[in-house]
Amino acid sequence: MSYGPRPWQQTNWDWRAAANFMLGGTGAGLLFSSIFIQNSFPYPVILGLLLVAAGLGAVWLEIGRKLRAIHVFFNPFTSWMTRESLAAVLLFGSGISFLVFDQAALKYFTAVAALAFVYCQGRILRAAKGIPAWRAPQVVMLVMTTALAEGFGLLLFMQSDLLSLGIFAAAVLARAVAWSGYWSALEQPASRSALAAPGRSLMQAGTVAPLVLALGALYLPQAAPLAGLAVLLTGWWFKFVLVTRAALNQGFALPQLPVRGTR
Amino acid sequence: MIADLRRCVGCQTCTAACKHANATPPDVQWRRVLDMEVGEYPAVKRVFVPVGCMHCADPPCMHVCPTTATRKRADGIVTIDYDLCIGCSYCAVACPYQARYKTDVATFAYGEAMPSEAVRHDEKRLGVATKCTFCSDRVDAGLEQGLKPGVDHEATPACVNSCIAQALHFGDIEDPQSNVSQLLAENQFFRMHEELGTQPGFYYLWDKNEAGT
Repeated sequence: MSYGPRPWQQTNWDWRAAANFMLGGTGAGLLFSSIFIQNSFPYPVILGLLLVAAGLGAVWLEIGRKLRAIHVFFNPFTSWMTRESLAAVLLFGSGISFLVFDQAALKYFTAVAALAFVYCQGRILRAAKGIPAWRAPQVVMLVMTTALAEGFGLLLFMQSDLLSLGIFAAAVLARAVAWSGYWSALEQPASRSALAAPGRSLMQAGTVAPLVLALGALYLPQAAPLAGLAVLLTGWWFKFVLVTRAALNQGFALPQLPVRGTR
Repeated sequence: MIADLRRCVGCQTCTAACKHANATPPDVQWRRVLDMEVGEYPAVKRVFVPVGCMHCADPPCMHVCPTTATRKRADGIVTIDYDLCIGCSYCAVACPYQARYKTDVATFAYGEAMPSEAVRHDEKRLGVATKCTFCSDRVDAGLEQGLKPGVDHEATPACVNSCIAQALHFGDIEDPQSNVSQLLAENQFFRMHEELGTQPGFYYLWDKNEAGT
């Protein structure tokens, strides 16, 4: 078939949109993971907020009318982008309040807002009906588990006790399960082709290797950050490809051909 | 709107008429005609398929829009408020019909704006999503004069008026006596990507109705 039936890559969202999913997801994951820190260590919250802010800043660079960005809050009734923005407001409000007042309740509230933020990110992709690789229902769980695994991975740079390693391993396994479900449901050949390499990486360098390293970290604590780094990099690569190169539309389809002339 | 695939010859007059009526910049085609080859040699068919905004009954672009810039009128036409749109392009990736465009910088056919382009250039369309409006201004102006969209040219979209083969038709599908309702009753039709549940307002005729054969 000629141009038209064949899907082609969307060009509306580029690395700037991808950065929101990469940095925002990791930041939100880190904010959620910070509730497992046993003291009032503020750095995960600071870093988490900075990452989310950087992601939102990147996507702000992509919009056509930057000075009207406030309009993004106008449609909470149906738009997951509006809901993501509202979750970000809650996330920053509670996160900054925690840094100022050092109240544990605020940290828990920030963690809930962070979860809501990544959930909205997943729903943003799912609502994009024009892109088969995004609209699969399984993408929501994949985006969420990826964010959590990356967040816990980053946490291992700051704390690598048994609890952190255990939750990190659970998050990595959850991400692998979510990826398997998503990969099974993804039908579009071109998207599968684009995601094949990052997907393999997600399972090998992003699942098997970190789990082995996490096990090793029980004896050699220096292995913990390496495990976190592997999860972080493989997750970012996957999300970058998902938002850019794997984001093909479905082209046009003719269920019936015109009947011309005599029959 | 209806496109009769048996009649379309792929002349692109509708595309040109749309560009003329709406002053869209280069590379922006609110009304396009795809030239599709279907099948494998030697059983190959060539089909011309007019596409554009399908003005869906359940438009995903409207649901995802964070600003409420995209709305649906009571008559079914999906519109964009250029003053509200922030140009996030979420609607563009949500649209399964690739009907939306965003132009960040002004472009003209020959680099510098020709006088005709300069007169009709609209800064409000830069950095925001744009798409086919079914020539809603024209339809509204015609209705105010008591004219009938799809029947009277002054109340009908430019692409439909310009079609040399009468492949494109426009009208009120809720009126059983309208031209489009009659065509749908007499012919077999489909809508693009109907499985997505968007309920497009753009119908493609492909054969006579079984009863009419």
